[in-house]
Amino acid sequence: MYAIVVATNIGIFVLLALSLNIIAGYAGQSSIGHAAFFGIGAYTSAVLTSTLGVNFWLSLPIAFVVTGLIGALLGLASMRVKEDFLAITTIGINFVVVAIFQYAPIFGASLGMSVSKPSLFGVKMDNLMFLILVGALIAAMVIFMRIIEKSWFGLALASIRNDEAAASSLGVNIVKFKVLAFAVGTAVAGLAGGVYAHYMTFIYSSDFAFLVSISILSMVVIGGIGTIRGPIVGAIILGIAPELFRFISDYRMIVYGGLLVLMMLFQPQGIVGNGSFLVNKFEALFGKGRKKSVVS
Amino acid sequence: MLKLQDAEIFYGQMEVIKKVSLEVKQGELVSVIGANGAGKSTLIKAMMGLVKIKHGKLFYEGEDITDYPAWKRAELGIGYVPEGRRIFGDLSVEENLKMGAYKIKDKAQIKRNLEKAYDMFPKLSERRNQLARTMSGGEQQILAISRALILEPRLLLIDEVSMGLMPIMVNYCFSLIKELNQQGITVLVVEQNANKVLKIADRGYLIETGQIMVEGTAESLRQNDVVLKAYLGE
Repeated sequence: MYAIVVATNIGIFVLLALSLNIIAGYAGQSSIGHAAFFGIGAYTSAVLTSTLGVNFWLSLPIAFVVTGLIGALLGLASMRVKEDFLAITTIGINFVVVAIFQYAPIFGASLGMSVSKPSLFGVKMDNLMFLILVGALIAAMVIFMRIIEKSWFGLALASIRNDEAAASSLGVNIVKFKVLAFAVGTAVAGLAGGVYAHYMTFIYSSDFAFLVSISILSMVVIGGIGTIRGPIVGAIILGIAPELFRFISDYRMIVYGGLLVLMMLFQPQGIVGNGSFLVNKFEALFGKGRKKSVVS
Repeated sequence: MLKLQDAEIFYGQMEVIKKVSLEVKQGELVSVIGANGAGKSTLIKAMMGLVKIKHGKLFYEGEDITDYPAWKRAELGIGYVPEGRRIFGDLSVEENLKMGAYKIKDKAQIKRNLEKAYDMFPKLSERRNQLARTMSGGEQQILAISRALILEPRLLLIDEVSMGLMPIMVNYCFSLIKELNQQGITVLVVEQNANKVLKIADRGYLIETGQIMVEGTAESLRQNDVVLKAYLGE
């Protein structure tokens, strides 16, 4: 069914947006190459299942770990650069990774990679089962992020985002926490990649191009960076829009870019970020006291 | 307690601290005064480990800490109050203080130290759940100081406490620093307001374009011609 296909696709992007939120929202690190890790996870699990014959359900955790390790390594390598330079570095990483997918024979080079649909208890997974899998992963991710927000880890990330120098003067090991944020965020993106590859049954390097990174970032920012609901809402809105308005779909990037500019001008917190117009109205309506989360 | 030996610090090619030696003894309140851009902030950041010392050495209680990262220095008992009241604006007052207790493992002790801070500054207690950035400048400065105190540092580095504060808050902050020092915390304070800081300090250094020009007791600095002319406005 068409709706299930769209919903699964959006679900995968919800996962990607949530995972980028840990790096860009919680830790405040401007990473604009998130699709690279989405791709690393996708290709890792694809190589595992179709070339090495590993079971799909085993390939997912491996993709998670491998991507997280590569993310941590690249995060560590980019520790020397900050803000705009980090953004540019991560863009560079995205291009390099895509080029590797495109030219390395092991990744199918310019032909892309085909993988077969996995099965669960001997039954070939259909679209509905994929939707349920993605839904379960999103639920797990939301619970995980709630735990982070309430933990010292979340507090330390927030302090780094606010002021690195002050945080380190209080004993926070900046490098350790940044690398951890990169590791966790990229690992989840890798997991999403593994699901994506087996859901689509065909992946190609451009599925993970820089433009995809921009889409993910747009979802986080438009929804509300630093919150849990924000990236979810952002991914749903930007995921549904091209389906509802077919004519937009060709101009997707123009729309995203325009939306980003408008958001920055009028609602930098995002549509449902803390202190945004909608959230303020909602809280005023229902008389809820200002709910304070770790991040705003 | 803290000893800086022939420190040289560069920003790119430019040498901003030129062979500076400086010492803070246990129990002292020492001030570094100088104009904007003289290198005061750089110097104190280097002591906290936020800026790299290219040549020279830094000792803390006899231990060579020149290459220690900031967080390791914090573990050793060095506290830091950054300039411009750099509190964590997105966090509540309580969360700011909790971050101050980041290195303390014992939950009961964290609670105790937080309560101590609230007792000392009742204003903060009233505003526990308020976002730090919504407080006034003076309150933010108090928060920055109490955040550094939670870890119970033995040496407190304070960068430009008076910057951008109302005169009444400036006076309050200086008397607070004096009080902390009398309670046994060794203090190094970097300050543009020479007049005020030399009234509470034991000793002082005058720094100009990255070099120490004059050093001595606070009293002798206040009588010094160079200091008088350039910083005390006489």
